[in-house]
Amino acid sequence: MGLELEIIHVFRSYNGNPILRDCSFAFAGGRTYVLQGPNGSGKSTLFRTLALLEKSDSGRVEYRDGGRILAADLALRRRITLVLPRTGIFNTTVFKNVAYGLKIRGVSRAEIEARVNDALLAVGLGHKKWQRASELSSGETKRLGIARAMVINPEVFMLDEPTANIDSANTAIIEDIILKMRQDRQAIILMITHDPAQAQRLGDDLLLMQDGKIIPA
Amino acid sequence: MQSIIEGFAAAFRLIVTLNPELWRIILLSLEVSGTALMLATVLGLPVGAFLALRRAPLRGLVISLLNTGMGLPPVAAGLFLYLFLSRSGPLGFIGLLYTPTAMIVAQCILAFPIVASLSHAAIANVDPVIRQAAITLGATPIQESLAVVKEARYSIMAGVMAGLGRVMAEVGAIIIVGGNIAGYTRVMTTTIALETDKGNFELAIALGIILLTISFSITVALRFFQRLGQGGTSGN
Repeated sequence: MGLELEIIHVFRSYNGNPILRDCSFAFAGGRTYVLQGPNGSGKSTLFRTLALLEKSDSGRVEYRDGGRILAADLALRRRITLVLPRTGIFNTTVFKNVAYGLKIRGVSRAEIEARVNDALLAVGLGHKKWQRASELSSGETKRLGIARAMVINPEVFMLDEPTANIDSANTAIIEDIILKMRQDRQAIILMITHDPAQAQRLGDDLLLMQDGKIIPA
Repeated sequence: MQSIIEGFAAAFRLIVTLNPELWRIILLSLEVSGTALMLATVLGLPVGAFLALRRAPLRGLVISLLNTGMGLPPVAAGLFLYLFLSRSGPLGFIGLLYTPTAMIVAQCILAFPIVASLSHAAIANVDPVIRQAAITLGATPIQESLAVVKEARYSIMAGVMAGLGRVMAEVGAIIIVGGNIAGYTRVMTTTIALETDKGNFELAIALGIILLTISFSITVALRFFQRLGQGGTSGN
């Protein structure tokens, strides 16, 4: 039994402009949710709130494990992750980027080596592991961001527009990675996209962000 | 013109024959400036990082003071340090005046604001998405700050190189607190000033050539680090 996630009556506004308005939803373990909605509808704000990067004005984000509510601390943050729309790649090699999450958890060098290699192979960047990350194309950078998050085995895996502004070949590779994650993991996968066909291909549940609320599409 | 050519020829002879006096002066210069820069970095980098990463009170004032300190005239720094270290000054009892240690302190005072201020700018300019990425990957607040500082490492190195350029070239502060004592506190810049005054151009030219070579190397290193820093990416 993995993590369960529920967002309960969350309100969030920026400069008096309401973005999330009484937003509530329960996400079940092992399912893939694809969220759609127009720009500015609050999708990214919702993800940042779920990833504990931002606090809500009111309401709460509740992570439960076996029915027990978890505190929003480092231990919980290390079980979830969000791949940001601008990936935030570190100015170092591809390998060290992917190794980062393991290194800060104190994982042994041998295990880091093995897990990073697996993650890079999974996203098709095995042959570029000693290349500087700044030399990658935009599509490869997106894949690197996914590998960096995948390697820490998150139980809630959020991807904010993982295929925005990249070519169709890279989009196909990323869709394959997400489909494989769906099969292999018991994680809750949440993803934002503007492509309805992609949402159909990847999601178990399609959601729409409307008036600051999540509604089934 | 003839005397200039002769001066250069004699200077090259001094360099090529590894003249002991010349090399003693060069080594002392490198020792004084290197130690001063190391101290300025050990003190300045944490200050710059703290100012960039934490919203501390009086932060704006401290940054303004550091920026002002970057343009501190070396003679003024030397004068104030002299007043403190002279026998009648508050720190006169330590007996540091006219020693290499006093020169190190003087150069540290000149380099500290440069290293602190440029480190602050380098760290503050790191794309905020780097910090967020570190958080989403499970970083503690310290690990998150280290990730940001590490991202700025090449720009920080460029700041340290700028500090080295400043201290290697300065003469005003060290001549006041060092006294330009032969074989003890005489370094490249103070020797050039003295020998030029005396009309002994060979040693002055030789040291001038070495100093220019060091300055050129610093500039090359500065550009190298700046280019590495620009290679950074925060993703699309």
